Amino acid sequence: MLLVAVIIVYPIAYTGWMSLQEWFASSLTRPRFIGLANYGKILLGDARFREAVARTIWFTVVAVAAETLLGVAMALLFNREFWGRGLLRTLAILPMVATPTAIALVFVMMYHPTLGVANYLVSVVGLSPFRWTYSSQTALYALALVDVWQWTPLIMLITLAGLASLPREPYEAAHLDGASPRQAFWHITLPLLRPALVVAILFRAIDALKTFDIIFVMTQGGPANATETINLLLFNQAFSYFNMGYASSMAVALFALVMGASLILIKVRRSTTW
Amino acid sequence: MVRGSARRRWLSTAGFYALAALFMLPTVFVFYWMLTLSLKPQIEATAYPPSFVRFSVTLAGYREVFTKYPFFLYTWNSLVVATGCTLLGLAVGLPAAYSIARWRQQQLAVIILVARIIPGIAYLIPWYIFFRSLRMVDTYGALILTHLIVGLPIIIWVMISFFEDVPADLADAALIDGCSHLGVFWRIALPLVKPGVVATGILSFVFSWNNFLFSVILAGRTTRTLPIAVYNMISYEEINWGTLAAAATLITLPVLLVALLAQRHIVTGLTFGAVKQ
Repeated sequence: MLLVAVIIVYPIAYTGWMSLQEWFASSLTRPRFIGLANYGKILLGDARFREAVARTIWFTVVAVAAETLLGVAMALLFNREFWGRGLLRTLAILPMVATPTAIALVFVMMYHPTLGVANYLVSVVGLSPFRWTYSSQTALYALALVDVWQWTPLIMLITLAGLASLPREPYEAAHLDGASPRQAFWHITLPLLRPALVVAILFRAIDALKTFDIIFVMTQGGPANATETINLLLFNQAFSYFNMGYASSMAVALFALVMGASLILIKVRRSTTW
Repeated sequence: MVRGSARRRWLSTAGFYALAALFMLPTVFVFYWMLTLSLKPQIEATAYPPSFVRFSVTLAGYREVFTKYPFFLYTWNSLVVATGCTLLGLAVGLPAAYSIARWRQQQLAVIILVARIIPGIAYLIPWYIFFRSLRMVDTYGALILTHLIVGLPIIIWVMISFFEDVPADLADAALIDGCSHLGVFWRIALPLVKPGVVATGILSFVFSWNNFLFSVILAGRTTRTLPIAVYNMISYEEINWGTLAAAATLITLPVLLVALLAQRHIVTGLTFGAVKQ
């Protein structure tokens, strides 16, 4: 019985440990110390924070939308037997496990406006060169592209797993009824794939909202704050200005944002799987 | 007629592989570019237009990484932290996952999920204050404990589904035969989920190795891990591309190799068990 207790105490201790962490975080913004003034400030007074929120959401929407479209397209393409399936999976895994700092570094060099290979490739295709992370107009998209490069394979792999579990019967019935492959895709594949897709998008959205490494390494929020997401603003408030209370209230806000996005996606999933 | 259809099939196969190559090209190219930049001498690394295939090979970048910077120390730091975090994570996470799976503690499972959702930076502020007051900034202990928050939820969450596949009858039979719960866990459940332990252990190692956010604040001069060291190379030194690319290759190569060895399970972990392979 003692051993049962030990095994059960482990997770409870873990839970206690977890709640302790949350308590620490919120203790800084507890009304007794600071009041809700910080929240009032970030929600009403701080234009920079509002811009950071909008930027964070926009970055996430752009990156995750591109990843979903590309990932599903690739999954549909690769959903068959072919020589080199194993190689494909290997290649898909590599960007996801590669150290983000290293990848960011390589992209910094590739994005160099005059010496980088990115602009060379762009010029080969016949477009005029971009300034990538060096211009406030394109920097956020250049960063989103890194995210897309790293994480499209995740959506592809989840979608492939979803496709593999689809039943055959609806397709046979649809074929007998004279449905075209395109109709079959829109009316059978996509609805059946929805749960898997929502899971994939959920994971990506959670992590994209929290993106820190590549932005910090590549632009530090610049140029001219054009890539300053909540995470970056919060990091600077906390560890450049040591404005811990204020930063903590932003952290809670960021958590609320991620949580909100997760809940919305979970709800979407529920409503589509009855 | 027969020849026509064979030809069409050949064309569609060729088209498929062309498309596949097109999709996978960016993935390969970034790694290829990292590797070739690291092997090029400085003049060729920054040449425009860049050379893709023909360039002279030098190890100067790698030599510089090890001679100009204490790269061995950083590698050792990364190894210590990632190994410590993984072992501690398994020691705590495996029994936790087992008991959640066996006694169906769904609320606890939800808490683990929330731990996955909470932004890391929300932990960092209290931790920083906490560890600074204990004078533990710049110690392995602080780094290992903080990295746990990334690895532990993955270990627990993925292992829950592994332990759920262990037949309950087996455990009950062992209990009747006089085996303790700990004995059941250790001698029956654990050997059955060995693949899961390997997979989650590797993932935990990789995530700790790659971690930037926690280490940039909590690692100091003596415990600096590789990602932070490489980041400092861009911010303070004049940029020598060969050296930078060599450093980037060196920090990411070990995780890529480790990932290749366990690729079958890595997908499960990365998707947080959303997809059972």
